[in-house]
Amino acid sequence: MLKRQKSFQHLREWLIEKILLLAALSSVLVTLGIVFILILESIPFFKSVPLTNFLFDPYWTPLFSNPRYGIGSLVAGTLVTTLVALFVAIPVGSMIAIFLSEYAPAKLREWVKPALELLSAIPTVVYGYFALLVVAPFLQKVFSLIFGDPLISGFSMLSAGLVMGIMIIPYVSSLSEDAMRAVPMYLREASFALGATRFQTAIKVVVPSAFSGITAAYTLAISRAVGETMIVAIAAGMQPTLTLNPLQPASTITAFIVQVSLGDLPHGSLGYQSIFVAGLTLLVFTLSFNLFGHWLRKRFREVYA
Amino acid sequence: MSHDRSTWILRQKIYEKIFLVVSVFFLICSGLVLGALLLDLAQSGTSRISWNLFSNFPSRFPEKAGILSAWVGTLLVMLVTCLAAIPLGVAAGIYLEEYAPKNRITTLIEINISNLAGVPSIVFGLMALGIFVYKFALGQSVLTAGLTLALLILPIIIVTTREAIRAIPLSIREAAYALGATKWQVTKDHVLPYSLGGVLTGIIIAMSRAIGETAPLVTIGALTFIAFLPPSPVQTTAPFINFDWLNSPFTVLPIQMFNWVSRPDPEFHKNAAAAGLVLLIITVSMNAIAIFLRVQFRRRTRW
Repeated sequence: MLKRQKSFQHLREWLIEKILLLAALSSVLVTLGIVFILILESIPFFKSVPLTNFLFDPYWTPLFSNPRYGIGSLVAGTLVTTLVALFVAIPVGSMIAIFLSEYAPAKLREWVKPALELLSAIPTVVYGYFALLVVAPFLQKVFSLIFGDPLISGFSMLSAGLVMGIMIIPYVSSLSEDAMRAVPMYLREASFALGATRFQTAIKVVVPSAFSGITAAYTLAISRAVGETMIVAIAAGMQPTLTLNPLQPASTITAFIVQVSLGDLPHGSLGYQSIFVAGLTLLVFTLSFNLFGHWLRKRFREVYA
Repeated sequence: MSHDRSTWILRQKIYEKIFLVVSVFFLICSGLVLGALLLDLAQSGTSRISWNLFSNFPSRFPEKAGILSAWVGTLLVMLVTCLAAIPLGVAAGIYLEEYAPKNRITTLIEINISNLAGVPSIVFGLMALGIFVYKFALGQSVLTAGLTLALLILPIIIVTTREAIRAIPLSIREAAYALGATKWQVTKDHVLPYSLGGVLTGIIIAMSRAIGETAPLVTIGALTFIAFLPPSPVQTTAPFINFDWLNSPFTVLPIQMFNWVSRPDPEFHKNAAAAGLVLLIITVSMNAIAIFLRVQFRRRTRW
C-alpha cells in the first residue's frame, strides 16, 4: 500500500519536472520560430533580387510600380535616428548615473530612480505623439528664431531621434548606476586617501571598474534604439531616403515594416517577403550588437573578492 | 611649485562643481521635459475625455469618435496574454531556478532567454504574422494578438520569477526537505508562496509593457478602424461561455491612438491625446503599483 503510494509520488514528481522543462524549452522554440520564418520568407526574395542590388542600390521602393530593393536607405535612416538618440541618452544618462551613484544621498536616489524608470514605462506610441506634435513644431520655432528659417519639415529624423533619446535615458542611467554601486567602497576610499576629489574618483576609479556593466547598459540602449518602431513610424516620415542629414524625413527598417503592414499586400508577394527581409536585417544588427556587448563585458569584467 | 599645485587642486575642485551643476541640470531637465510633455497631452486631451469617449465607436467625425472597440479589444487581448504568458513564464522560471541541472541544455536555454529579451518587438510581430496568421491559420484575431504579446513578455516574466525565487534562502528548502517533503512539495508549498510578491511585481510590469505595445500588433495586420465589438465571452443561454471572441478581428488602444495621430486633421489629434492619456494612466499606475509592491515586500521580508 505504502509502496504503491511511493511509486505514484515518484511518477508525479517525474511528470512535473518534465512539464516544467517543456515550459523552459518553449522559449527556445520561439527563437527557432523567429529564425525559421525570417529565413523561409527571405529565400524566395533573394531568388528574385540579386544580393548586390539589395546591398548597393540607393533606392528602396518595393511599393512602386517599378520596385527597387536597396536596403541602404532604410539602414541609413535607422543609423541616423539611433545616433541622434544616443547623442542625447549616453551623456545625459551617464552623468545622471554618476550623480546618483557617487553624490546623491540615499533618500534622493530612492525617489529619483523609480521616477526615471517610469520614463521607459510610457508606451512608445505616446512618445511618437510627442515627437510629431510637440517636439517637431518646437524645433521649427527654435530654428526659425535662430536661422530665420524652420529648416526642417514636420517629419524629421531629428525630432524622432531626440524623443527616442529621452525614452532610453533610463536604460543607460539605471543599469550604469547599478554597475557603479557594485564597485567596492575600499577602491573609492583608497582614491580619497590619495587626495582625489569625488569627481576624479568617479571618472578615474569607479567608471573604469564598472566598465563591463556600463557597456551592458549602452548595448541595451543601442538595441532598443535600433529596434524602436512607433516613434520613427509616426514622426520620421516613412519615406525611404538615402541621407545622413537628420533634418530630413526618412524611413527606418522598423518604420518600413509598419508602413507595409498598414496596407494590404497579398500573402506571398515580393512586397510581403520584403518585410521579412527587413526583419532579418534588423535581427542581424541587434544580434551582432548583443554579441559584441557580450564580448566586451567578458573582456573587461573585474572581479572583486 | 607649490603655487602650481594649489592652482591644480583649485581647478579640480572647479571641475567637480561644474560636473555637479551640469548633472543636476540634466536630471531636472529630464523631469521638466517629461512634465511638459504630460502637460501638453493633458491640455489637448481633456476636452475629449467624457463618457462618450468610452462608449462610442471610432467615427469619421472627431467629436463623436470614441475608444469603445479599442478598450474592449485591449481587455480581451490582455486576457489571452495573461492566460498564456503567466503559467508558461512562471513554470520556466521555476524550472531554471529549482530543477535545472548544470548542463548544456540549461546554458542554451539561459543564453536564449537573454537574447530573446533583446529582440525588437516588431520581429515578434513578423514571426506571428508568418506562423500564427498564415501557417497555423489563426487569422488576424484576438487569439493571435494575445499569443504574440505573450511570447514578447515571456522573457520578462521568466527573469523576474527567477530573481524572486533566488532571494529565498536555502535554509527554508532544507527545513522542508528534512521533514520529508518532495521537491515539488517544497516548490509549491514554500518556494512559490514566499516568492509571490516578486513574481507578481514582474507580471504587472510585463503586462503594462504588453498594453502599450503597438508595433507587433500592427505587423500581424490588426485593423485600425473597427466599429463593432467581438462576441461576448459570456452569454445568457447554455453553455454560458462562448469562445467566438477569440477569432474576432480587433483593435487595441495604442493602435487606435496611432491611427488618430497619423491623420492630418488636428481635431483628431485631440482624440489621440485623450487615448494617450487613458493609456498613460493605465501603464503608469500599473508601474506605480509594482514599485509599491516591491518596496512593501522588501520591507516586510526578514529571513
